[in-house]
Amino acid sequence: MFLLPRRSLRRSPSFTGCNMEKKTVLRKPKGFIDVYKHKPGAEKDRTHYCPGCGHGILHKLIAEALEDFDLVEKTIIISPVGCSVFAYYYFHTGNLQVAHGRAPAVASAVSRANPDSVVISYQGDGDLAAIGGNNINQAANRGENMAVFFVNNAIYGMTGGQMAPTTLEGQKTTTTPYGRNVKTDGYPIQVCELINTFTAPVYVTRTSLQDMANIRKTRTAVRKAIMNAKEKKGFSFVEVLSMCPSGWKKDSLQSQQWIKENMVPRFPLGVFRDVSEEAETVERPVPVMDTEEVKKIFGYSDFKASTIQKNTEANFKKISLRVSGFGGQGIMSTGIVLANVGMEYGYNVSWLPSYGPEMRGGTANCSVKIQEDTIGASEVTEPNMIIAMNQPSLEKFEKIMVPGGALMYNSTLIDIEPTRNDVDIYKIPITGIADELGDTRVQSMVGVGAFAAITGLFDPEEIVSLIPSLFAGKPDKVLNMNEEAVRKGYDYVTENYSV
Amino acid sequence: MSESRKYPFPEIDSDICKGCKLCIEACPTNVLVISEKLNSKGFHYAEYIGEGCVGCGNCFYTCPEPSAVTVYLKDYVPEEVS
Repeated sequence: MFLLPRRSLRRSPSFTGCNMEKKTVLRKPKGFIDVYKHKPGAEKDRTHYCPGCGHGILHKLIAEALEDFDLVEKTIIISPVGCSVFAYYYFHTGNLQVAHGRAPAVASAVSRANPDSVVISYQGDGDLAAIGGNNINQAANRGENMAVFFVNNAIYGMTGGQMAPTTLEGQKTTTTPYGRNVKTDGYPIQVCELINTFTAPVYVTRTSLQDMANIRKTRTAVRKAIMNAKEKKGFSFVEVLSMCPSGWKKDSLQSQQWIKENMVPRFPLGVFRDVSEEAETVERPVPVMDTEEVKKIFGYSDFKASTIQKNTEANFKKISLRVSGFGGQGIMSTGIVLANVGMEYGYNVSWLPSYGPEMRGGTANCSVKIQEDTIGASEVTEPNMIIAMNQPSLEKFEKIMVPGGALMYNSTLIDIEPTRNDVDIYKIPITGIADELGDTRVQSMVGVGAFAAITGLFDPEEIVSLIPSLFAGKPDKVLNMNEEAVRKGYDYVTENYSV
Repeated sequence: MSESRKYPFPEIDSDICKGCKLCIEACPTNVLVISEKLNSKGFHYAEYIGEGCVGCGNCFYTCPEPSAVTVYLKDYVPEEVS
């Protein structure tokens, strides 16, 4: 088709790598796994990418750089959602595949926890510019030490070619069959230009896979970004205009031509910023990974394993509890305290809150599980116990109780009677008992005490002994009142019911 | 590799090649062609005409399939000898 001028051959950068010997063979780089053992199916010797896909080219440039710079062992690649979701099939590095658009956020954490690693965030345009738009901006703004490779093919490739943020004006996709209309769909987002508005990034460039000259330039950019990450220079961003022959419904060569004619005018190629040379090394606080040291930092170093004995004759072996009422009634506290006490007894426990946006006055409920077995889902959908602190809660949750369960309700505020007759009913003036103690806020602990009496799982004095640690930092007066509330709740049940 | 072969030259794995033709377009000396034959996946694969390679590496770098193209350059010494 065309002949490259001889100059290009001489300058061919494949022979001018930084710290590597002159190559005598160009073969599958060691940055790739030899046999793609993580890939399902029989074809473990080839990628899943379509013929002519740009991902494979960029993968190869990255894998080659990692081999040449001897960084394969030091690199962690974060793969996105999109066709390159399976990057971990191929790269012989550490790999994480993360939620859609969140690669820069995860890469930030990985980079900070492993400051000596080379962290690469590999993303497509649907992932990076749409759902992950904010994540990339924040990571760029913080100047996280990572190399981001942004594959821009102007559509959502994996899902069948829908309009992406980078889809060109007038471009036909499956969701813009008449072409992208900027009046209704907005304009293609120019991500390099956007990233270039932040102060922190050290290297921002846009390259293309449209022909050999530009593939060579992409190679140079890839190597620079990876070197920056290795040398802790900070945030490098390489946008690569890439072919999606399947999504564009073109062959590979037409696709390269299409980049040249349509994408480049909207997404101009070139280096937007390169301060790699002058950039100072990114220094982050050194992460503490030693378990004992972490305990010390959080003030847990004195914690000892609990010696509390379980009650083998408890009425309940397994608790699936729903605590429910108004926000401000101590619903969450009741659940947290019960879960914590259960944990001290050596049970597996879970606590899952559910509430509206209001701090006080809205409705709130929480799920608590206390059991010997491992807990799967922490939401309680079939409770064998209910603590209903107000009428709507009673009406709502008694319906979903399993037969034979225990229903405790706050008779101070609830005038109606439960309708279920196949469960044990405990009518307890929870708020009233707390009020008599001098503060309705201790009603949560009245409920805890009553729970202990009904289930037989906990000894009230053991709960009392745990209160100082559960309410650490509260004045003695508050602790005493809560302790008394536990006892009152417990006694009310034992005095009025045979349990 | 047969030692009698003249370096440099590309070696294309005809079974892994997906026939995208990017290498053929990228070759400055036009020594790669698309085969008349189909591979096991039903692709017309790329193949080297046997002479004229200058070892520029374009086919290697433009090939999206990591192991489809290997280029033995001018100074390559076969491993079994070295």
